[in-house]
Amino acid sequence: MKRKLAASELIFKILSYLFLGIFALLCLYPFVFTLSSSISSSEAVDSNQVILLPKQIQFDAFKAMFTDNAFWNSYANTLFLTVYGTIWAVGVSILGGYALSKKRLLFRKGFNFFLVFTMWFSAGIVPQYLNYLATRDVFNAVGIMDDKWLIVIAMGMAAMNIILLRNAFEGVPSEIEEAAIVDGATEMQVLSKVYIPMARSTIATVTLFFAISRWNGYFWARQMTQNVNEWPLQVFIRTTLENYTNGDYITGWYNIPEHTYSPNSAIYALIICAVIPILIIYPFIQKYFAKGVNMGGVKE
Amino acid sequence: MAEKVSELIYDEQTNTYSMDPEQIVRDDVEKHHWLNTAKSILKDWRLYLMLVPMLLVFLFWRYLPMYELLGSFKATEVGVDVADQLHIGFANFKTLLFGTKDLTYDFWRAFRNTFLLSFYGLCFGFPMPIILALFFNEIKSNIMRSTFQVLTYLPKFMSTVVMTTLVAMLVKGSSIVSGMGVVSQALQALHIISPEMAEAGLLSNPNLFRTIYQVSGIWEGAGYDSIVYFAAVIAISPTSYEAAQIDGAGKMAQMRYVVLPSILSTVVIMLITRIGSLLSVGYEKVLLLYDPLTYQTADVVSTFSYRLGLNGDSQQGMASAAEMINNLIGMVLVIGANAIARKASDVSLY
Repeated sequence: MKRKLAASELIFKILSYLFLGIFALLCLYPFVFTLSSSISSSEAVDSNQVILLPKQIQFDAFKAMFTDNAFWNSYANTLFLTVYGTIWAVGVSILGGYALSKKRLLFRKGFNFFLVFTMWFSAGIVPQYLNYLATRDVFNAVGIMDDKWLIVIAMGMAAMNIILLRNAFEGVPSEIEEAAIVDGATEMQVLSKVYIPMARSTIATVTLFFAISRWNGYFWARQMTQNVNEWPLQVFIRTTLENYTNGDYITGWYNIPEHTYSPNSAIYALIICAVIPILIIYPFIQKYFAKGVNMGGVKE
Repeated sequence: MAEKVSELIYDEQTNTYSMDPEQIVRDDVEKHHWLNTAKSILKDWRLYLMLVPMLLVFLFWRYLPMYELLGSFKATEVGVDVADQLHIGFANFKTLLFGTKDLTYDFWRAFRNTFLLSFYGLCFGFPMPIILALFFNEIKSNIMRSTFQVLTYLPKFMSTVVMTTLVAMLVKGSSIVSGMGVVSQALQALHIISPEMAEAGLLSNPNLFRTIYQVSGIWEGAGYDSIVYFAAVIAISPTSYEAAQIDGAGKMAQMRYVVLPSILSTVVIMLITRIGSLLSVGYEKVLLLYDPLTYQTADVVSTFSYRLGLNGDSQQGMASAAEMINNLIGMVLVIGANAIARKASDVSLY
């Protein structure tokens, strides 16, 4: 049944398309501009001719970057931090969230408070820094010299994600668990055969939250890595930008021997490389993020 | 496991297991015995073992840093354990809050900036996701709507480094190699900013920092933040609209009498949360965007503390004190907000 739209509804509809269209394009524009600028010639970039589409296409900025060992090194470090960091964080969170979801757990309220308090009060940057320094000494003393393990183990845990998992596990009907226990399943089997499959969409969401924050991590990685070889990609991008604004761009990998590309293009190429992995998986994962936000409101 | 089964009574009529009432009473009596606590933990030791890694991680790297906060009552000696440093009471706090030196001025400036950055975020950033959600609801074509949504959520997944690098490149002046940023050019062409401002670059202009911070914040988060409101809007039954239309309600009246009441509780909850976090400004974004020229408007408490404590090691105690003042007030706000949210609806935030 089609009804004629009232004038006010029609206006509102047009307005929605217009507003959302503009906003969506504004969200997309910086990425298109970045890509175009990274593959345009130095004359085009330096004289501000690139507005939307690339001009006089060249790939020399990418070529120079791909022949740079420091770049690949930082990429490998980021992969390392993302893979191990996510496995560690998700593992700890699933175990903790599962235990917290059990009504029979003694001191359950206390453990919950222990977790939630960290969302209310943080010691601050300097105490955390001193704490990480002390942790590093301990790690070094037991023979873990690579600061990447410090980042993996000590950083990036999030109380909110554990609470999301706890709530998901609480939502699993207890009859299923009882049936499994009657069948003689151990605690670990109940978790892996019953709870993890039942809560898999929340686990996927939390895994993605962790993975994205690991991929994007910058501040503590920069503070706590002593060795340039341990820098992740985000630190590499930032230091490149800093060198560039300080005028040191002639000496780095992004130097311009034959002036085939602008130093700007080098920065833009770096940004493209940092966002490409996220852009590739993004269409497949975005529904999980939408889910994660709506799980935010929590009862207890 | 067999023991557990024997405690249950099987009812053939309803095909269910239930607990023996006497057993329940016995459990209740025995609960108060400490030995029972130990027994219960021993029996369920696997469950408690699962908790251990999480507890350790939070203990070592969330709670142990709080021990370092002792440093804010000490005269800092680098490399000495915080407990062994000279105790000076509240001297650091007094200097920061009531002193007369530059440090006091910088602290209050940072405190004000922290508050203002959040407050402007509340004024300009908060309504934007709601508006987006209302507009999303008008788009009935699923493909169009999904496209718009996917595009507007996208910036949320960029790292702070990528986002700030983009901002720096888009608004830079011509002093740095290879010309002006595309946004500076556009604003100059539209006569929104003077050529001199564009020349100098917008990021080194203290008057523009807050604007850049808010605009980039909206660009980054508005789409993603609209998800929660959109869920509330889309839950409204179509019959509500139809009823309103039959009563002759135009679009504005429908908004006022159908949509607004339905999303109000979500809006209130989000607003309270936002007020609760008025003093927690992400230091990473500020740290990556500001420079000494813009400290006047850009420096927040955590970045002030960072410069004081991590760059100049000798003032770690002072730096800890500064952030502790901020975070304690912040905690009161969060807990207060949570209590109000609990009252305002049945939903608590944690």
